[in-house]
Amino acid sequence: MSVHTLTIDQRLVSARQGETVLDAAKEAGISIPTLCYLDGISTVGACRLCLVEVEGQSKLLPACVTAAAEGMVVQTHTEHLQRYRRMIVELLLAEGNHICAVCVSNGHCELQDLAVDMGVDHVGLAYQFPDRQVDISHQRFGLDHNRCVLCTRCVRACDELEGVHTWDMAGRGRNSHVVSDLNQPWGEASSCTSCGKCVSACPTGALFDRGSTVGEMQRDRDRLSFIANARQERQVARGPHAPS
Amino acid sequence: MTRIKLATVWLGGCSGCHMSFLDLDEWLFELAQQVELVYSPFADVKTYPEGVDVALVEGAVANQDHLEMIRQVRDRSQFLISFGDCAVTGNVTAIRNVLGAAEPVLTRAYLEAADVRPQLPEADILPPLLEAVMPVHQVVPVDCYLPGCPPNAERIRAVLEPLLRGDRPALSGADFIRFG
Repeated sequence: MSVHTLTIDQRLVSARQGETVLDAAKEAGISIPTLCYLDGISTVGACRLCLVEVEGQSKLLPACVTAAAEGMVVQTHTEHLQRYRRMIVELLLAEGNHICAVCVSNGHCELQDLAVDMGVDHVGLAYQFPDRQVDISHQRFGLDHNRCVLCTRCVRACDELEGVHTWDMAGRGRNSHVVSDLNQPWGEASSCTSCGKCVSACPTGALFDRGSTVGEMQRDRDRLSFIANARQERQVARGPHAPS
Repeated sequence: MTRIKLATVWLGGCSGCHMSFLDLDEWLFELAQQVELVYSPFADVKTYPEGVDVALVEGAVANQDHLEMIRQVRDRSQFLISFGDCAVTGNVTAIRNVLGAAEPVLTRAYLEAADVRPQLPEADILPPLLEAVMPVHQVVPVDCYLPGCPPNAERIRAVLEPLLRGDRPALSGADFIRFG
């Protein structure tokens, strides 16, 4: 297997064929902020938080979908990038209705953590206060669109790990939102297996276990990584009838 | 040494930030020796004085009284601190904004949700609601943000201590700027 050598933040880093800049940085212990990225599912480069500067490129590139290449010179934390990242977090906070004080994920929320990391002590943009719905038609889980950041991690986890694709996106621009099955209430979505992988994947308090109250939603991300890894390594079907 | 003139203001919030201020416990004695509390819900002062050095403003701007008050506070204060999530983000106070205006809010609260004798509150002494609740910095310039619901005593102290020394506070990290 061929190995590339690239430079990230003035450090020489090696990456195997097929690895992204984000993979290479992670392995070298360089942390790049992410939101729509989730270990074990496909990457979409949607949130733009992992944008990096690559020498010779006029555009900023999302590290999660940019293949690591020989001789690449990457900067991950310039002032320029940090300013953009802070702006992205502020846009996300202004776009939805994120009221940490009364959220099930208060204290365990990736958006909240990102705001801290980016030094967001206030939002300079005008809050939009969109009129969004809450779906608690499912017996075990709830969906609060007010807290959704449209990362699509639930869509991908359901499709790729559970193999179901109950979730998808509908609408455009500020009207974008996730829908279950053919835009039915979640409780009536007959494809849903109630496995809860979408809930484990959600970075905010948008998807939650019913009955949880402020700060009670703590998600087990390792569970999803474990399942993804087991599938990849074909460990799930190990036994007398396992494919050889 | 002249003592710093400190004011605390209560706009559209639950007073939780002021309760948290009281959690400063014995440090309040030290603070009391270094500041003069010139206006506060904790003190019986009717009008906001001129020449305030530091103002802690709790709550969002939700009604006409808040609007007039915050403008006066800004005019008469050197250093204005947005104190707590309602002041900084609108927070719970601003949840009503999704209804779009003041009238549907009153209708929802006093007519639709009423158990007995549904009626809109009508009295001249009641301040009219603004069409939308605003964080403080949307109305007047703010010098420092102190997020949290409420910000705990440690955070409040981290803002006040540098000011007592004549320094500008700079908060960062989850312990000091996390919302919620």
